[in-house]
Amino acid sequence: MKTLQPIDRFSVEIPAERRKSVYEGAKITSEKRTAVLAQDYPDPDRLRAIAGQIKQHTLDHLDRYLRQAEDRLLANGAKVHFARDGRESNETVLSIMRENGCGKVVKSKSMLGEETDLNRFLTENGVDCLETDLGELIVQLDNDHPSHIVRPIIHKNRKEIAECFEREGLGAYNDEPEVITRRARNFLRERYMQADTGLTGANFVVAESGRISLVTNEGNARFCMAATRVHIVIVGIEKIIPRDRDLALFHNLLARSGTGQQLTVYNQFIGGPRAPGQPHGPEQMHVVFVDNRRTEVLASDCREILRCIRCGACQNVCPIYRRSSGFAYRSNYGGPVGAVLSPLLAGEGFADLADLPKASSLCGACNEVCPVDIPIPDLLLRLRDRAKREGARKAMAGTPPMGVWALLASQPAAWKASLKMGFALDYLPAEVIPVPALRAWQSVRKLPPWRGGKFRQWMRERGGEER
Amino acid sequence: MTARDWIYSPIDEALAGVAERTPYPEWADELAVCRNHPEFPTLWELFSYKLSQVNGTPLEGLPALGDYLCREGLKIGYCDPHLIDAVNASGAFRDLDIRTEYDRANFEAYEFGVTRATGAVAETGTIILNDRDTAARLGALTPWVHAAILSPDRLWPDLPTALRESLDDDPSVILATGPSKTADVEGILIEGVHGPGVQIACLA
Repeated sequence: MKTLQPIDRFSVEIPAERRKSVYEGAKITSEKRTAVLAQDYPDPDRLRAIAGQIKQHTLDHLDRYLRQAEDRLLANGAKVHFARDGRESNETVLSIMRENGCGKVVKSKSMLGEETDLNRFLTENGVDCLETDLGELIVQLDNDHPSHIVRPIIHKNRKEIAECFEREGLGAYNDEPEVITRRARNFLRERYMQADTGLTGANFVVAESGRISLVTNEGNARFCMAATRVHIVIVGIEKIIPRDRDLALFHNLLARSGTGQQLTVYNQFIGGPRAPGQPHGPEQMHVVFVDNRRTEVLASDCREILRCIRCGACQNVCPIYRRSSGFAYRSNYGGPVGAVLSPLLAGEGFADLADLPKASSLCGACNEVCPVDIPIPDLLLRLRDRAKREGARKAMAGTPPMGVWALLASQPAAWKASLKMGFALDYLPAEVIPVPALRAWQSVRKLPPWRGGKFRQWMRERGGEER
Repeated sequence: MTARDWIYSPIDEALAGVAERTPYPEWADELAVCRNHPEFPTLWELFSYKLSQVNGTPLEGLPALGDYLCREGLKIGYCDPHLIDAVNASGAFRDLDIRTEYDRANFEAYEFGVTRATGAVAETGTIILNDRDTAARLGALTPWVHAAILSPDRLWPDLPTALRESLDDDPSVILATGPSKTADVEGILIEGVHGPGVQIACLA
């Protein structure tokens, strides 16, 4: 349908089975999150407000904190690199590996890696690159993309996963989650031990201590940093927090917001390479700070989105995300955070994603669950405004033409007449509305019964004077 | 211009335009502490309760650990060299093949690993593994059963206190709360993905 937004079309066409997987997965996690926060803290909103303020404070002083983090990392014996964009980030990773004679990577989930398409780049350059998070491994084997920040295969059911494993030679078809998990365990263990490089993202970087914080439930990041000799961290420049003590607040919020856990199983604070004489752990630690348009976002009126700690709570709670899945956002970040972040990170491609900020009823649920209190609905409005000002055509889809309305609204006589005629809408079947755009709009929405035009009469009856 | 300068200069420019910079908020450590649990007379009892909630296994004393390992039919394991005298003295590990060198080439041979916990957090059921005390990272990670030996004076009431005590000059610290787990397949909880399927904290 011509006037449907791209995301509407996606949600109409999504297979029922997939919609069910996404809807139920997101809903259950969201309910768990709300219950756990309310049980565990007398005032969870106060935690969100403080965490949001700490992140905003860090962003507002990023000049100072990034320099501090860099200095501390260097003092701890890590090497620090900077990359302007995805290409430079990928090339930096590759050159670190080549300089050290490395060719086999075990990789722990990184959304930044998705942004830069790191797996494809490394594979094309002859590097053996393997995802180790169970969900990301399945994404890689299926040549698919993650559709959720925390649960990359929220869109897949056990049948699809079992088929993938059978196809890839991990065993005969078996869709028991326990069997699937054991097979992944056995498959990956040898690969960890053979790998020379462990590649991870970072959930936080503490400026005062130069510690990288990494969070996993499976223990894959731990394995990546135990069996290999070189550890490479790729991290967006916005991931910094000021102090070690902040970790207590952020890890408590991240686990509850992301998965409804009190704490994620493994919280790892890694500040440098292994100590001299230590038997296990990488001899080298490299941290690549990546911009990839984050400084542009910092300079924009949407800088609050850089507070995001990638918990996925806004995706889980969002009625649009639940019905349409992460793929509907046509970018690395889906859901409310993606509707803001994806167009901003797209640079010249902004116009192509300008419809995303419109894929929201502005119900505000995303803001209410956000552990760092990002005012997502406000940011969506700012982006809608920018899209309109820049004349992005995608941003107009789904909006009925307002010209006729503007004409009526600016001429009192015409307005009065139209209000009288409005009653006709109650009896007019939606299929025969004479304006095509209005007809399309009406096909997926139901207008309430017409009640217009009675105000003037009401006022006259009470002795009011009509002007 | 290097990438480093290229990144710093737009940050400086972007922030130059920010009229009011958000201050660092005042907040007490208590804010992040969870009090949603029954009252317990000792920290160890609270810790045991919390560890059990995440399907971890609290044990008291090395003999209890030895008995557990034997009862589970385990035979070969890694033990941190600093602990071997205490383990041998307890007598309960007689029938087990304990190795104090971790041999990478035979990593699949280890059915259990016994290492030192730097500390533990009662509020969350978390064990703390500093690199300084658990230098052989693989010994605590690859075996199906991992037992962290915890000294009673290193049991902290809550996470803020534990971080203050553990994040000193040791750059690398791991917090482990229960066994390794995933819910990637249809949200169903499965334990023992890459790390231990059984996580023991043994007070000794």
